[in-house]
Amino acid sequence: MSEQPAAFRFAVHVMPKPGILDPQGRAVERSMPHLRITGVRDVRVGRRVELTVEAADEAAARAVVERLAADLLANPLIETYAVELVGALAPAAQGRPAAATESRP
Amino acid sequence: MSVRVGVVVFPGSNCDTDAMHAIALEGAEPVALWHESADLHGVAGVILPGGFSYGDYLRAGALARFSPVMRSVAAFAAEGGLVLGICNGFQVLAEAGLVPGALVRNRSLRFVCREVTLVPERLDSPFTVAVGERRPLRMPVAHGEGCYVADEETLAAIERDGRVLFRYAHADGTPASDPADPANPNGSLHGIAGVANAAGNVAGLMPHPERAVERILGSDDGRAIVASLVRSAAARAGGVAVVAGGAA
Repeated sequence: MSEQPAAFRFAVHVMPKPGILDPQGRAVERSMPHLRITGVRDVRVGRRVELTVEAADEAAARAVVERLAADLLANPLIETYAVELVGALAPAAQGRPAAATESRP
Repeated sequence: MSVRVGVVVFPGSNCDTDAMHAIALEGAEPVALWHESADLHGVAGVILPGGFSYGDYLRAGALARFSPVMRSVAAFAAEGGLVLGICNGFQVLAEAGLVPGALVRNRSLRFVCREVTLVPERLDSPFTVAVGERRPLRMPVAHGEGCYVADEETLAAIERDGRVLFRYAHADGTPASDPADPANPNGSLHGIAGVANAAGNVAGLMPHPERAVERILGSDDGRAIVASLVRSAAARAGGVAVVAGGAA
């Protein structure tokens, strides 16, 4: 049973590096007065990518996500990324894990 | 026999035909290179044209980088082959790490589509040999993510090594190095519009020389850049030394 691949749901958070200009964040800041919101600063706009990985164990799944994040999802020159496990799902053979259980707060 | 220069066609490329036209104007034979094929058909130089490869999804240029043709282009570049990325082609080269730095959202957050002035900072590179003298060049830009950024260390290195090929400038040729300068259309650091790799055989350029190759288009200043590439590719293919200077 232990050889059966499992599925793991990950989230990859991609953010502009500190010091890299984030014009989207600045645009959000400039919109604050229109909402009459004050006291908010340092807005940075990033990206969250969720994906399901089938692998023998969490470490193997995480290695795939790390490679994907470093090579494609983020550009390390301008962005940082963080990989977060959001759920371990039922073995892939027993259903459609991606749709079955999306972790919700 | 005229020299053959390839133009990569990605899904979403939209300046490929213009680039092929510009190559033909300079007496070379343009060769379309399909993104799903790794065959470069023995070309002596490659242009990565402008457009919105793969819909600009994720980041401009990020997905094109992993196409079969790009693996061949990277190998071609590693052997000293001449590669010029224009606009989206520059973004692809930057994503692939073939030229330094990255291109991020324009500081204005707006897509800019207008004519700009550039000055060449090198007259001896394979991409500028036919420019002849340090003179202002007029050609269009059309991009949403053209703001050139790199860390301090990289900027210092490319400035020190003379790898900045073009800077945005005022009409008189004064560089617009300040990101806030109105003549700097996207807020690029050091006003950088074009940059080369360490070996000097790969260059990225944000403005469009291939859209400025005939007077009726408003400018033919772009011809000197295309002519430089064609002439340098021919020289490499024929083993002849490239001589700087001379008009296109």
